[in-house]
Amino acid sequence: MKILVCISKTPDTTSKIAFKNGNTQFDEAGVQWILNPYDEWYALVKALELKEKDPSIVLHLITVGTADCDPVIRKALALGGDEAIRVNTDSTDSYSIAVQIAAVAKEGGYDLILTGKETIDYNGASVPGFISELLDIPYVSLAIKFELNGSVATIDREIEGGEEVNEVALPVVVGCQKGMAEQRIPNMRGIMAARTKPLKVVAPIAVDALTSVVNFELPLAKAGVKLVAADNVAELVRLLHEEAKAI
Amino acid sequence: MCVLIFVDQTEGHIKKSSYEVLTYGVKLAAQIGTTAEALLLGTVNDDLAALGKYGVSKVHQAANETLNHLDAQLYAKVIAEAVQSIGATVVVLSHNQTGKAIAARISARLKAGLVTGAIALPDTSNGFVVKRTVFSGKAFANVNIVTPIKVISLNPNSFHVAVGEGSATVESLNVTVDPSKIKVTAVNKVSGEVPLTEADIVVSGGRGLKGPENWGMIEDLAHELHAATACSRPVADSDWRPHHEHVGQTGVQIAPNLYIAIGISGAIQHLAGVNRSKVIVVINKDPEAPFFKAADYGIVGDAFEVVPQLTAEIKKMHNN
Ligand SMILES: Cc1cc2nc3c(=O)[nH]c(=O)nc-3n(C[C@H](O)[C@H](O)[C@H](O)COP(=O)(O)OP(=O)(O)OC[C@H]3O[C@@H](n4cnc5c(N)ncnc54)[C@H](O)[C@@H]3O)c2cc1C
Ligand SMILES: Nc1ncnc2c1ncn2[C@@H]1O[C@H](COP(=O)(O)O)[C@@H](O)[C@H]1O
Repeated sequence: MKILVCISKTPDTTSKIAFKNGNTQFDEAGVQWILNPYDEWYALVKALELKEKDPSIVLHLITVGTADCDPVIRKALALGGDEAIRVNTDSTDSYSIAVQIAAVAKEGGYDLILTGKETIDYNGASVPGFISELLDIPYVSLAIKFELNGSVATIDREIEGGEEVNEVALPVVVGCQKGMAEQRIPNMRGIMAARTKPLKVVAPIAVDALTSVVNFELPLAKAGVKLVAADNVAELVRLLHEEAKAI
Repeated sequence: MCVLIFVDQTEGHIKKSSYEVLTYGVKLAAQIGTTAEALLLGTVNDDLAALGKYGVSKVHQAANETLNHLDAQLYAKVIAEAVQSIGATVVVLSHNQTGKAIAARISARLKAGLVTGAIALPDTSNGFVVKRTVFSGKAFANVNIVTPIKVISLNPNSFHVAVGEGSATVESLNVTVDPSKIKVTAVNKVSGEVPLTEADIVVSGGRGLKGPENWGMIEDLAHELHAATACSRPVADSDWRPHHEHVGQTGVQIAPNLYIAIGISGAIQHLAGVNRSKVIVVINKDPEAPFFKAADYGIVGDAFEVVPQLTAEIKKMHNN
């Protein structure tokens, strides 16, 4: 059995978001890069749990990005996994990213492809959907629980106000979120081992982007908070009703 | 040429977010000088002709029972087929749980550029540029779709529903539906609660509430406001509240009309999940809590005193 986990790098959750070149590009100056939390905490750790139960599982990690992704993919390898693949290209078009991953996945013949539910920078929630369509295999998004019995997966996915349990035969693409696995911290042994694990860099295939980012905008600053005294709660209710028309 | 609006349903009823998408699609059609038609998969109890009130002239229905449950692979195939047979040039759907599963698949099938999480009508003066949120609500991106067919998924709660008069013709759509590869073995809904991602008002509690035994006052306030309940991450991590209530960068992202944060400090990762709320109210005993910077209204005070009073005052208002 072969599992592929899709890993993307994102700015640290506390990063200040700024843009440059006439607001056409994200300003990376001073930004700390981390593994996208959904990819790390949920997709990757779930795959590790599966491999711990069944050591015959082959676990590969993939990222689409330029060489500045290497520290992040090494960090992922420090948590676990047999080898990593980096497709050497970058794009803000999620379809173009997914085309690269799908090409590697087709070649590798993976039974299970795990991704995060979304990246916390572009928040597209679309790469896994694209991959599944390009491979023409089922896709379960917003997964909160995953169990494997032979070649059949039982997956709980989020629906409005609850969850639904899906049973699906492999191969399948799963978009992971909270609930899937417990967060882990890499240990020294893992970090050392990661240095010698293979990181294959492959050339991208040609693809035409379907979208392009024109520019970015920052939201307007809030007008400032209106404080109401703690002994005058009625006034807050009045403001919410009459001024904000929120209740 | 037309704008095709995907109307999402569950258990025989059209979802609230679909009405927002109907209004969005109808306005978009008017903007680009074409008609708006709706597409519904599966069977429903709601009156489909009544969707005419939202401005669509026609509702296409693929009344196949296999489609009553989401299977992203089947949905995308049927929708893409419908787009081609109807000759639609834009597909709009909600960026809700279903939309997140199918939007990219539809896009890939049709080689049609996709923008997810749109928050406004496109600017069609030069290209087809759609504004969406990025960096967890900390910024926006304007994205140009360069393909002849476009797919847009709209962020829930970012567009007001407009309803008027009218009746739509309902046509059945003949499509081939393969057997589903996904078997739904259970649906577990938390009964009696307002779904968090669909709620107009959300009442949320943080570590300042000290323990799960104190959530009664949060639930009372939520009940009085017909609101959903939410919480900060440490609260869910400590199992004080169920995981699905965790909002923020690593939890659920919401954009209700009103978000009431009680005993939550307002860490940047928390704000990332709620900063698109229209009105934010913060109740915190610490005047220096960062959340006040993101708030519209605030009370510096002890939640255990303020919250019961707030519930009582709202009850008073409702009784008048
Ligand atoms: C990668 C990463 C991702 C994260 N993702 C998320 C996320 O998605 N969502 C999230 O919420 N957090 C997230 N966090 C955690 C986040 O940084 C904060 O630690 C967390 O939001 C704090 O929760 P809190 O406000 O409930 O608790 P605290 O920070 O402990 O704040 C409690 C607040 O309650 C107030 N208080 C205490 N007693 C009272 C009282 N009697 N009455 C009124 N107020 C009172 C205090 O003044 C304080 O402001 C993430 C962190 C990291 C590193
Ligand atoms: N550049 C990338 N390389 C590898 N995987 C990615 C990349 N971008 C996105 N993904 C995967 O797709 C998921 C959803 O991303 P997105 O559609 O951008 O929100 C992420 O959580 C990752 O698992």
